Amino acid sequence: MAASQLLKRLLLAIPTLFGVAVIVFVLMRVVPGDPIAMMIGPGATAETAAELRALYGLDRPLLEQFGIWLADAVRGDFGISISAHQDVARLILARLPATLELSLAAIAFAALFGVAFAVTGAYWRGRPPEGAVDAFAALSLAIPDFLWGLIFILVLGVLLPVMPISGRLDPRLDFAAVTQFYVVESLLRGEFRVLGSLLLHLVLPAVALGLPLTAIIARVLKSSLIEALAQDYVLQARVKGFGRWRIILREALRNALIPTVTLTGVQFTFLIGGTVLIERIFGYPGLGNLAITAVIDRDLPLIQGIVITFAVMFIALNILIDMTYALLNPRLRHG
Amino acid sequence: MAELSAAPAARPREWRWLASPRVVFGAAVLVLLGVVAAAAPWLAPHDPLEQDLMSSFLPPFWAAGADPSFPLGTDSLGRDLLSRLIYGARVALTVAFVAALLAALLGTVLGLLAGYFRGWVDALISRLVDIWLSFPPVLLSIVLVALIGTGLHAVIIAIVVIDWTRFCRVVRAETLVQREQDYVASALTIGLGRMAILRREILPNVMPLLIVLVTLEMGIAVIVEAILSFVGLSVSSDTPTWGGLIQEGRLYVHQAWWMMVLPILCIVLSVLGFNALGDGLRERLDPVLRR
Repeated sequence: MAASQLLKRLLLAIPTLFGVAVIVFVLMRVVPGDPIAMMIGPGATAETAAELRALYGLDRPLLEQFGIWLADAVRGDFGISISAHQDVARLILARLPATLELSLAAIAFAALFGVAFAVTGAYWRGRPPEGAVDAFAALSLAIPDFLWGLIFILVLGVLLPVMPISGRLDPRLDFAAVTQFYVVESLLRGEFRVLGSLLLHLVLPAVALGLPLTAIIARVLKSSLIEALAQDYVLQARVKGFGRWRIILREALRNALIPTVTLTGVQFTFLIGGTVLIERIFGYPGLGNLAITAVIDRDLPLIQGIVITFAVMFIALNILIDMTYALLNPRLRHG
Repeated sequence: MAELSAAPAARPREWRWLASPRVVFGAAVLVLLGVVAAAAPWLAPHDPLEQDLMSSFLPPFWAAGADPSFPLGTDSLGRDLLSRLIYGARVALTVAFVAALLAALLGTVLGLLAGYFRGWVDALISRLVDIWLSFPPVLLSIVLVALIGTGLHAVIIAIVVIDWTRFCRVVRAETLVQREQDYVASALTIGLGRMAILRREILPNVMPLLIVLVTLEMGIAVIVEAILSFVGLSVSSDTPTWGGLIQEGRLYVHQAWWMMVLPILCIVLSVLGFNALGDGLRERLDPVLRR
């Protein structure tokens, strides 16, 4: 993508981000109930409440409050968590790596198996393997990710207890991590027992999270592959005597990937949004789990921070998808 | 004013072309759900809230020690699981219908306006949709319900507030296509106002698409209600809901796995039904797919 195009795309994100900020601010200000009253409890005096109100700027006009709040938010300052009594940005940064690792694991699973299923279905078109791929896709899409999570817990954690169903790491393992990117760090430090435990804990949540995306990739890519196989260049390759596998993998796949990336790109954001419940179900210490705890505790600063973090991730991801699309599609690259 | 309408009118006695295995399956599930929900007081063997601590954790009929008066067993407080599932269908179906229709109403109005008037109206509405799509839907629904307060109305509001964009985007795109059609030009020629064109000419042509979207949205609404009950934010715990039953079942999954599996099956069956109906209708109503 040309630099000017990228710049334009980045500039377009600014009004969207501003809109996100306005909506979050408005949402938090229409909350029934007094946030100050919740912070100090019933025993406090009216003076304490008034002092706190002044401290948080709640006694000023709404527009001014928004200005102050926005200026802080832009600098990554979302205030202090009411329940954890810690800096919100710090709490979020401590949890974000876990969520990123889980999302990437789910996307990797979906890409790998989605492509494998699509190729299988396209190669054995009209025969039982294609039927199996179609049935798998229909079933995976009918059941939402959080129900998959519960089903996995039941089958592989309770009835046939072979997999860990809670947490991120076996608590018996001693791992003094410097960063929160446990998988990367354990790999770099050569702590393979820790790495093994981390990956084992990732399997069920990542598969549950990735199944719908796997199904969509399998479906879209399979139909694009079948379409690509009907093109002239494929016929030419066959005339030249190339085998079917080679044609599918080397010729058709490359052309079929473009529509797949465009059509599945938006699903990435759904997948990341899905971490909220999956993390809760698997007791995985990520941002989504923190979000639900924050909602239950009515911890407004923390909720604000998390919602905005997710929104920034979504917007960044969409820009990334647009750029990938431009890179893959020669017509757009030169256009 | 049907004779003035340039849109093709529905032909009577030709509804059979709609029937495909998918549509029939979907419609059957929907009818079944509707009957169960409507007849819940007569179908349920017990009051879903009736506690009987002497008969808690009874197993379902296929296991040893089952009590035939509690066909699917009981929960920790001795409440009849079958009755709770039957009453859960009421909440699921209410949310599915009301939320999907309201989301469709809001999204369609905005989509029609954006697609027909274009210009700044379109720019404003499209930007709003962009902003909306920057929020993770599950998180936003949880936050919204936490802010509005729990209850059936809060669940419905949350779904409408989040999912109107689905309708808005599709209806806008379709309106952009429809407004260039000859029938719109003819309607303008005979002096119909712009609002009248939108309502009487374009809307009926968007309707098939809308019916498909509403059906699919009902499946989504059932899932969202289950998610919110699961997190403990839906209706009060006195009202049995499928999501609430899943959450209860999860606590006792080691002793009584069926307590979690049965409500999951109810949700999966309804969602499969709504999806089959929606996809089947789309196959029949979408002229591109029908060819």
